[in-house]
Amino acid sequence: MKRRTFLKAGLATGATAVAVNAGMLVPNTVFAAWNEAAFKTKSVDEGMSAVFGATNAADSADVKLKAPAIAENGAVVPIEVDATAIKGVESIAIFASKNAVPLACTYKLSGAAQGFAAVRIKMGETQDVVAVVKAGGKLFKAKSEVKVTIGGCGG
Amino acid sequence: MADISFRLKAENKGDAYEIKALFKHPMESGMRKNKATGEVYPADFINEITAKLNGTPVMVAEWSGAVSQNPFLAFKVAGKAGDKLEVSCTSNKGDAGTQSTDLA
Repeated sequence: MKRRTFLKAGLATGATAVAVNAGMLVPNTVFAAWNEAAFKTKSVDEGMSAVFGATNAADSADVKLKAPAIAENGAVVPIEVDATAIKGVESIAIFASKNAVPLACTYKLSGAAQGFAAVRIKMGETQDVVAVVKAGGKLFKAKSEVKVTIGGCGG
Repeated sequence: MADISFRLKAENKGDAYEIKALFKHPMESGMRKNKATGEVYPADFINEITAKLNGTPVMVAEWSGAVSQNPFLAFKVAGKAGDKLEVSCTSNKGDAGTQSTDLA
């Protein structure tokens, strides 16, 4: 019986394990809340629906996206999203539109956390950075073009 | 499983505390190739970070391999002096690290 359960579990997690190229993953990694499906999407819209379940984000001046106009080194592009002007921000997602997987990171905020997030991301080429903010069930976005002199995803 | 080491700092900005964390990690996306051999460097990146204020989760970040090497993270919490902030992270390989600081 134990063997049977083990086999079943193996089948269920098999696809995931192959996908991350490791057969002996610890269960807590496989079943972590990490949204693997969203981090496999190939476009901003797909990523947005995987994270938020919708793509109808409205442009908003209250989402302040700080990104450099020109990034000399695409491997380290500082991005800052300040949506503290919006009340009750639930989550923030940052996309680099032309990266192989545009979704770079998401932040779920609750309680005492304010609508603010900063991070440094890699960008392969000149492209738009899109920040999407969810507050009160609505989506807001802002975008900014970053010119990349040396791409940061090759090697 | 290795430990992920990082530095954690809380700055009082008046209306809120800005929490900054600087991790020491290669953030290998799993898409980069070794030019000489054509082999793909296996993915190894921090994919989840959780911050707790006095034990209550306030921020959960999910990262992809597109976050830069030795990543930087900042967020803001409306806390008060004496509050305890704990940040823990895990990687896709199961490596983990935890740090905590008191808001001042």
